[in-house]
Amino acid sequence: MNPVNYLYLAALLFTIGASGVLIRRNAIVLFMCVELMLNASNLALVTFSRLHDNLDGQILAFFTMVVAAAEVVVGLAIIVSIFRTRHSASVDDSNLMKL
Amino acid sequence: MSYLLAVTCAVPAAGAILTAALPAGTNEARRRTTKAIALGVSVVTLALTALIAADFKPGGARYQLTESHSWIRSFGINFSLGVDGIAAVLVLLTSVLVPLVMLASWHDADPAPSPDGTFDGDTFEGRRRTQGFFALILAVEAMVIVSFLATDVFLFYVFFEAMLIPMYFLIGGFGDRAGGPEASRQRSYAAVKFLLYNLLGGLVMLAAVIGLYVIAQGQGQGTFDLQTLTSAVADGKLVINPTAERALFLGFFFAFAVKAPLWPLHTWLPNAMGEATAGTAVLITAVVDKVGTFAMLRFCLGLFPDASKFFAPAILVLSVIGIIYGALLAVGQKDIKRLVAYASISHFGFIILGIFAMTSQGQSGATLYMVNHGISTALLMLIAGFLISRRGSRLIADFGGVQKVAPVLAGTFLIGGLATLSLPGLAPFVSEFLVLVGTFSRYPALGVIATLGIVLAALYVLVLYQRTMTGPVKESVSKMPDLKARELLVAAPLIALTVVLGVYPKPLTDLVNPAVADTLSQVHRTDPAPAHPVAIPAGGEQQ
Amino acid sequence: MNSLIPLLIAAPLVGAALLLLGGRALDRFGHWLGTFASLLSFVFALLLFSSMLGRSVDQRPVREHLFSWISVGTFQADVSFQLDQLSMTFVLLITGVGTLIHVYSVGYMAHDERRRRFFGYLNLFLAAMLLLVLADNYLLLYVGWEGVGLASYLLIGFWQHKPAAATAAKKAFIVNRVGDMGLSIAIMLMFTQFGSFAFGPVFATAHQASQGRLTAIGLLLLLAACGKSAQVPLQSWLGDAMEGPTPVSALIHAATMVTAGVYLITRSNAIFDLAPTAQLAVVCVGAVTLIFGAIVGCAKDDIKKALAGSTMSQIGYMILAAGLGPIGYVFAIMHLVTHGFFKAGLFLGAGSVMHGMNDEVNMRHYGGLRKYMPITYVTFGLGYLAIIGFPGPSGFWSKDRIIEAAFAKGGTEGWILGAVTLIGAAVTAFYMTRVMIMTFFGEKRWQPDAEGHEPHPHESPKSMTVPMILLAFGSVFAGGLFVLNNNFQHWLEPVTGFSEGNSPLSSGVVMALSIACMLAGAGLAYVVYGRSPVPAVPPVGSALTRAARRDLLQDDFNHAVLVRPGSALTAALVFFDSKGLDGFVNGLAASIGGISGRLRRVQNGYVRSYALSMFGGTLVLVATTLLMRSV
Repeated sequence: MNPVNYLYLAALLFTIGASGVLIRRNAIVLFMCVELMLNASNLALVTFSRLHDNLDGQILAFFTMVVAAAEVVVGLAIIVSIFRTRHSASVDDSNLMKL
Repeated sequence: MSYLLAVTCAVPAAGAILTAALPAGTNEARRRTTKAIALGVSVVTLALTALIAADFKPGGARYQLTESHSWIRSFGINFSLGVDGIAAVLVLLTSVLVPLVMLASWHDADPAPSPDGTFDGDTFEGRRRTQGFFALILAVEAMVIVSFLATDVFLFYVFFEAMLIPMYFLIGGFGDRAGGPEASRQRSYAAVKFLLYNLLGGLVMLAAVIGLYVIAQGQGQGTFDLQTLTSAVADGKLVINPTAERALFLGFFFAFAVKAPLWPLHTWLPNAMGEATAGTAVLITAVVDKVGTFAMLRFCLGLFPDASKFFAPAILVLSVIGIIYGALLAVGQKDIKRLVAYASISHFGFIILGIFAMTSQGQSGATLYMVNHGISTALLMLIAGFLISRRGSRLIADFGGVQKVAPVLAGTFLIGGLATLSLPGLAPFVSEFLVLVGTFSRYPALGVIATLGIVLAALYVLVLYQRTMTGPVKESVSKMPDLKARELLVAAPLIALTVVLGVYPKPLTDLVNPAVADTLSQVHRTDPAPAHPVAIPAGGEQQ
Repeated sequence: MNSLIPLLIAAPLVGAALLLLGGRALDRFGHWLGTFASLLSFVFALLLFSSMLGRSVDQRPVREHLFSWISVGTFQADVSFQLDQLSMTFVLLITGVGTLIHVYSVGYMAHDERRRRFFGYLNLFLAAMLLLVLADNYLLLYVGWEGVGLASYLLIGFWQHKPAAATAAKKAFIVNRVGDMGLSIAIMLMFTQFGSFAFGPVFATAHQASQGRLTAIGLLLLLAACGKSAQVPLQSWLGDAMEGPTPVSALIHAATMVTAGVYLITRSNAIFDLAPTAQLAVVCVGAVTLIFGAIVGCAKDDIKKALAGSTMSQIGYMILAAGLGPIGYVFAIMHLVTHGFFKAGLFLGAGSVMHGMNDEVNMRHYGGLRKYMPITYVTFGLGYLAIIGFPGPSGFWSKDRIIEAAFAKGGTEGWILGAVTLIGAAVTAFYMTRVMIMTFFGEKRWQPDAEGHEPHPHESPKSMTVPMILLAFGSVFAGGLFVLNNNFQHWLEPVTGFSEGNSPLSSGVVMALSIACMLAGAGLAYVVYGRSPVPAVPPVGSALTRAARRDLLQDDFNHAVLVRPGSALTAALVFFDSKGLDGFVNGLAASIGGISGRLRRVQNGYVRSYALSMFGGTLVLVATTLLMRSV
């Protein structure tokens, strides 16, 4: 099969994830969409690795997975604590970043 | 290599740190110790600068007692110091004025009841006020001295800018107590205005400093060393194309013109001098601002001779406008300190006029003017400060008839005023006349217009004196005490200096003349020759 | 002997320093210390004078170099002195009259608690005035020139608690500064022309400069002279200066300082002789002031202001004479010296009258004082005869020579000037007779003051009358001595030059004319003021009288032309500075603040809008990269 098709798939997944981030309000869904985007880029990296015949892409993909795992841990913890204090997981409720 | 210059810079700096670190001034005795230590440090500095002046040989090389310590090697930046005649007299001026300013401000930073009735010695800031004030003054002194002695462009830039920080705190943190909550708002406005104006100037200069380095490096002169750069410019080893030279000149000049200040960049000065204590106002106008005019003479002319000549006519016109404008505004002021500030703007016009007239009389006169203006304004401003602190108001209209109740105060104030209006026989006359002659011999029309300034100076000084000191004694001043011993101790040396330097300015001119001659040769200018030179030499030796 | 020259100045200078810095300890004998300093200076002057007389004519001028004052490039100013016949004349007048007035002041100021300071200022004045006439270059002269201005400022405003005195002092200084500006520009012009401003070199090379430059220098020096000598258009300060104590009016504003302008012009004769246009201007100023001062003198009821008008007018004579060139220099100085005697005497007499009359200055409240103050009456009367030009006393000789010289100018000019000086002589006789009659003759007109104290006119103490008597001697005999064998002319000729001129009238005719004018003026005054009692309230008078009472509207003119536009300009500039310049900067700051306020709204804190902008940004970056690659 033409490896370029994997790239199309990755682009598609990334777009779905990105639109999810922009459209959905629920923090958990938002989070899953971010994961989707990360995995899409992982897919692209692995494909590039195959296309260029070296392992750099695969190594980077491992890094991404580790970072994603760490992010999930911290992110979920934050979401849980926000939910506990504000009884809502909607991101539009919390604009605390504003001065 | 002697370390005299470095030690002179280090002593006030160390003194500032020491003073700041002293235990908090919770009682009068501790505060007195703090003040005594700060005063002692400034007196030691004075002794060191006197040593510099004594070691300096007027006939020798332009920069003497030079020393250089490696600082940022990769950019060719060194901590190099050196003294020429111009720097020598200005360093002396600084170190003479600082102890007197301290003495005059002896009680300005004592804790006092704040407007809401609490005693501000109870707060943390209140307890550390005294240390803060005196440490900041020493810090300013150290930075000003480094600026005068620096022979490295980058080193100069750093201290030229760093000076703003202690000055900002001095203006914003310690005002005269002649006002309520409104005054503190005005004061922080003045402090921020001072900082913003001067920071803007400094940033433009930084760009020019970097630009100069880049151009110099491109021609194999990758250094910030002033002497190397000026001699490279003079020998043609460093050729800057005219457009770039003019841009760089403007970058440097803008910073100095803000600091000096030159019309129309002057509006920060009346606010700053009006709101700060009299002592701080003297530091601003008599010491810190002099770095600006000094730097015009040393950096603008030395590094960019052609651009200096190109822009000279425009700058001269601005200075003449400044002379007349400052004097007219001084006439229109209702506030004593703002009046002195506008008078200073007029005087800075004279200094810049003398520098850019590019004659030996003009530039020697301008250098003497820096010294004499420092002394005369310090006298006038400090006495005005004593007056204001007695009445608790800066408004001219609140005084009247002081002469009757406090004759010594009025007398010293009058002498300060007469010095400000350049009465012959007092020091400022010598410098003002030299500037005028130097300007007139090259630009007669500008010289004549600038001479109008002497009439206006008489007007604002005498109107001020008349309104505050003469006439029937006002109720509010009828109990006013005369000058105290400490205050006389401040006034006496200043008066003595104005008289001595007015009658016998030779010690100063001997120091300054060779450096000015060197500066003029850097810009390739010679004095215009008289139309019909006298056959017999001037002077009275022959019978 | 030459080393005495600096001591001439040093004596009063040290006196001034001691008196002003000495503090209360000197209060008890300070006035004698000041008088001693002045006397010492006079003794030095006499010694120098006798040694000068002992030398042959071309050996008389001497110079004394003290030290180099300012030296920058070719600009060389020295503190060095020159004593020639002209300076010597002035030195003797200044120290002589000065000492007499010191003595007089001991009595006059006896009840003033600040008498010590008064003597300090007087000594300061002497030192500055001596510096002025002894300097051998224009810059040092300028120091003395402003120094006397300072002393005059301090002394006019001596009674500072009186607002009028403080205002008058300030006015005098500022008007003088306008003149000083002329002097300083003249010095600069000399420096650019000749590379020097010392008398010798400048006069020696003056002929090389162009006519235009010389005229400019001459006119600038004239401006300076106008300021110091209260000549039109800078005359307005002198009348107000009478706010000062009377000895000050006698010494500074009659005998010495106000004549400095005449000195300056006479000293610069080498320049003026080469610049006829400037000379013409000098003559015009002199002629106008002569009439101006005389008219003002006729209308004033304040005895000191009437005398001030007279001073202005008499100095007009001197300036006019000085403008005539070598025909007139000698007589200008001669009139200056005789005027120094009689006008100082008249002022001291006026002071003595005021002393006896509780400081009343309005002549309409005097009358018949000759019975109460015989010595004052006689000395004042002798001064009166001298000033109106009564044959015999000194004023006659010196004024007559000036009138003669005016005719000798020749041509239409000569006739006009001659006529002006004759009219001036008639008016002088009129106003002085008026002063004399109103003060010493007629019935007593004084009334109790507000608190019911009636003045008890009495003769003044010896310390005041003795100087008056000595000055009266001078007023009577000086003129005769000067014209005897043309003594004065031969004395001064080596410095100023002298030429006879060719008068269309013989000197006998001129003398007859001037006596006729004097008698006419005095007679008219007698008819108006002597035959009928003087009203205590001034009559309304003609428009000219009313204008003359207001000093011919000089202050109204200055106010309308200078003061009001000036203060409007100042107010406008203050507004411009705070609203214009500062407003521009503040506006800039405000608009930056406004823009950042707008931009801040973009930072709304919503995560998803940040995410959108991140995506948008990435998109733009990627698109740009692609686009750039394709190009």
